[in-house]
Amino acid sequence: MAALSIDRLENEFVDKSPLLSAAEAIAEANRCLSCANAPCIEACPTEIDIPTFIKKIASFNVAGAAKTIFEQNLFGWSCARVCPVEVLCEGSCVLHLLEQRPIAIGRLQRFATEIDVVGTGQTRGSAPTNEQPPICRGVWPYAPTKRTFVGAAPCGRPLQDRTAEIASNRKRSVACIGSGPASLAFAGQLALEGHKVVVFEKKAIAGGLNTTGIAPYKLHAEAALSQVRFITALGVDIQTGMEVGDADGANRISGKTLLANYDAVFVGVGLGADARLGIEGEDGPEVWGATEWIERMKLEMRPRARSEIANKRIIVVGGGNTAIDVARECAMLGAASVTMVYRRGAAQMSGYKHELDHARIAGVSVMLHTQPVSFLRHASGKLAALKVATTNDEAKRMTSMAGTERDLPCDSVVIAIGQSKLQGIVKELPGVELDARGCIVVDAKTGQTHNPKVFAGGDCVNGGKEVVNAVADGRNAARAFMARNRFKGQVPSIK
Amino acid sequence: MADLAVNFCGIKSSNPFWLASAPPTNTGDQVMRAFDAGWGGAVWKTVGNPIVNVASRLGSVDYHGQKMMGLSNIELISDRPLADNLREMSFVKKRYPKSVVIASLMAETKDDWRVLIKRCEDAGVDGLELNFGCPHGMCERGMGSSVGQEPKLIQRITSWVKEFAQTPVLVKLTPNVGDIVEPALAAVAGGADGISLINTIQSIVSVDLERLVPNPRVGHASSHGGYSGPAIKPIALHMVAALARDSRIPIPISGIGGISNWRDTAEFVALGATSVQVCTAVMHHGYRIIEDMIEGLSNYLDNKGLTSLGELRGRGTSAYQEWGDLDLCYAHVASIDPLSCIGCQLCVTACHDGGHQCIFTGPQDHARPSHSRVPGIAKAPNPLPLGKLAGDRVPWIDEPQCVGCNLCQLVCPVSGCITMAEVPQSRHDTWNDRTREGRDHVPGGIHDT
Ligand SMILES: Cc1cc2nc3c(=O)[nH]c(=O)nc-3n(C[C@H](O)[C@H](O)[C@H](O)COP(=O)(O)OP(=O)(O)OC[C@H]3O[C@@H](n4cnc5c(N)ncnc54)[C@H](O)[C@@H]3O)c2cc1C
Ligand SMILES: Cc1cc2nc3c(=O)[nH]c(=O)nc-3n(C[C@H](O)[C@H](O)[C@H](O)COP(=O)(O)O)c2cc1C
Ligand code: SF4
Ligand code: SF4
Ligand code: SF4
Repeated sequence: MAALSIDRLENEFVDKSPLLSAAEAIAEANRCLSCANAPCIEACPTEIDIPTFIKKIASFNVAGAAKTIFEQNLFGWSCARVCPVEVLCEGSCVLHLLEQRPIAIGRLQRFATEIDVVGTGQTRGSAPTNEQPPICRGVWPYAPTKRTFVGAAPCGRPLQDRTAEIASNRKRSVACIGSGPASLAFAGQLALEGHKVVVFEKKAIAGGLNTTGIAPYKLHAEAALSQVRFITALGVDIQTGMEVGDADGANRISGKTLLANYDAVFVGVGLGADARLGIEGEDGPEVWGATEWIERMKLEMRPRARSEIANKRIIVVGGGNTAIDVARECAMLGAASVTMVYRRGAAQMSGYKHELDHARIAGVSVMLHTQPVSFLRHASGKLAALKVATTNDEAKRMTSMAGTERDLPCDSVVIAIGQSKLQGIVKELPGVELDARGCIVVDAKTGQTHNPKVFAGGDCVNGGKEVVNAVADGRNAARAFMARNRFKGQVPSIK
Repeated sequence: MADLAVNFCGIKSSNPFWLASAPPTNTGDQVMRAFDAGWGGAVWKTVGNPIVNVASRLGSVDYHGQKMMGLSNIELISDRPLADNLREMSFVKKRYPKSVVIASLMAETKDDWRVLIKRCEDAGVDGLELNFGCPHGMCERGMGSSVGQEPKLIQRITSWVKEFAQTPVLVKLTPNVGDIVEPALAAVAGGADGISLINTIQSIVSVDLERLVPNPRVGHASSHGGYSGPAIKPIALHMVAALARDSRIPIPISGIGGISNWRDTAEFVALGATSVQVCTAVMHHGYRIIEDMIEGLSNYLDNKGLTSLGELRGRGTSAYQEWGDLDLCYAHVASIDPLSCIGCQLCVTACHDGGHQCIFTGPQDHARPSHSRVPGIAKAPNPLPLGKLAGDRVPWIDEPQCVGCNLCQLVCPVSGCITMAEVPQSRHDTWNDRTREGRDHVPGGIHDT
């Protein structure tokens, strides 16, 4: 895997929710009511047993807390930092109903897993009572156990040693396409059970958008690579610079070869290139696709990238979370002005309100019911302005209202209107089908495609959600594959 | 405003709140600051032959983020020269003639007691408290709780003291005994004018799991300590009530143990205490807690329509009865207010695992467990309770199976959400009635089957 350059622009950003100290974590953990059938668990796409891990933090059993998290979610540390907890676990915490601040589940989850994933930091601070002992590290691999319910109340989960069982597993050899959260969750889960897993990643850097796309005040690319190393340490082989395509070669491998050489293939390719507006003047300098812009900011050297942002007038087109991220990052990096241009009203924005609020506080202005018409350039080719018009939302097809066109002078425009679907890979995997939106069709429970050897998950299946959804997909597919492996020969077919 | 003044066997105090003999009453400077803050009296840190203390001396139980639910100490009596203590007592008494100063004493021989009493009374104290309670250190030297655990010694030393004392004598008892009534009777027999209880409870507060040495740690070792603070209030309350309801103990009681606020005070007074003493709460939060204690207590009395604290004293004592006199027919069942329920379902877990398996969620009916006293089906209500906050997460109660144990109400985090609704009964029966009338056979016993 290629190394990151040291002086990256993302280093300008500090962590918006730093690691809790031991005393802070225990105080927060003690606030949790430990609900039965807790709504926070239901709201977590990977169904982490939140009250259980929180109570373990409260007793300062940090290794046990990490085990509870990793049992359900091997990306638990990343999720703790990048999940939109406001609309997931924390959003459903019953403390809202008591007019109290919800439990800081994300931050507690990070506290519990930091030492396993990053290896340092975390509960180095002294525990709150001066006589408490330091913690011991968790032991990997853990012994996954089943959650059982009696009546309506969750009950005990005996620890059991699965070493012998894992050793007796019929070992399989599995390939993953792409090294994003979906693939790595799949790969890690299987590696823990003793299977051989190879991950092919076309880029030089592994981790998918978790490494290259997450806003740096949540997670730096460098930190995200700890999460990748955590998975490789479980026994996963990641080959970067290897694109899966239609032919075999020095840095490419074909779908056919994968199907021939492996017992199963997992497709976790995510989404494709940034969508374009398709309007006049778009091609040329100073017009960026959003994920391309973010990746540069996160991975490239600071001086070059910085000069493109500081003191510049920047327009971001779009109303999703990616658009909000870019706008907020530009504002925080010292842009002269940042304007979001969105063609519908605030209620239609797909970006989260809490994220938009933060962006506005950072200085972003938002122009609603407005769409780009064309890019205006100087004779030199340099960008001069974005011509926009007010939209007519009432019309069935969005149109511009006559006579509302105006020019917004700007130095740079970032287009954040979504990513295309990566459809090419599907051709190389016979039997795998796409739906009308261009997403891979799978069985919802098992992640299996119409080719029983091929599983898929993450953004390429759901059309673009969160890291945690990708992790849930990968994990579920791994569990389905393992179940199938156990009941030899029985291949559950897709309905 | 209700009258909070008390007369404790002749010692007049403007309010019932005294500082217990402990670090908050170590020095004259501290006691004067306490009086300025509003404390009615102070029992001076126990004096006698000065001792040498160790470090550390204190360990605490922190519970669910709450610090110092209980405190354990291995401190001994005053380590300051007696003359310093006496000089300061006399100075304080001159500056604060209306505030109560009681000297807490610990001595060995009869002659020691005689001299100590004389010197303290010469300093102008209002009364004497005999420390028969300290359960660590001093008891190894034949004092403190080693006296308090031996009724004969209590009686003998109390009678010595009464020979010499001009001022009222309080005997401070240790709770580290099987039956608190016995040492109290011995104090009465020895001529005590009042009783203070409880001193601290023998304890090992925790173990340093790194070093495997108990806390508080003195180098490589520790010793058992005395436990105090909120955690011991229930024990203290029981012991005070046990003496207060006993007609053989007619002398006033100064209640001690875990008192932190006016509510605790009102509870001790309702069960028979005349004054109360406070140590740990002051060590935790300072003398300033007195403002709330005075205000809260007098507001409570006003709201109750009582004009003086004396009217509250002992009001609850008669309701403290033998188990055998309780009404076996009294019944109540839990009831959930769906409007305030937040759907945490703590009550569900509690009732299923530690109660009587009768709180459920969802629309399904449930077969009652085979051990049920009312076998059959727990029928889900139709419609299900719909919460204002919790929606369909509001649990429902299978009332016939509810034994009224209260557990769900105790665990519910929303105050007033679960109430226990009385189910009126036409009969009244007690175990003692049954025994008297020969109806005390309950089927299913050791020799029945
Ligand atoms: C700007 C932005 C911000 C985001 N912020 C958040 C956030 O704060 N929180 C959150 O939870 N989610 C966030 N997301 C979403 C999240 O990053 C994705 O949902 C998640 O990463 C999807 O994981 P994945 O494994 O499906 O795909 P990706 O993470 O996209 O990984 C796919 C990988 O496959 C590789 N690949 C593709 N084709 C091939 C091929 N043919 N051969 C080999 N390799 C291939 C790609 O290079 C890539 O590394 C954000 C997304 C974006 C774009
Ligand atoms: C550090 C410490 C030292 C104490 N020293 C004495 C003492 O010298 N003499 C005495 O009679 N009681 C002593 N006590 C006991 C207190 O007076 C009191 O009885 C006990 O702490 C219970 O009350 P509380 O729960 O309000 O603290 C001491 C208690 C503590 C915590
Ligand atoms: S909903 Fe909130 S209080 Fe209840 S278990 Fe989850 S985090 Fe704890
Ligand atoms: S414990 Fe109280 S708030 Fe929680 S579900 Fe039960 S009744 Fe509702
Ligand atoms: S009072 Fe006891 S038995 Fe009745 S519902 Fe509550 S917990 Fe269950």
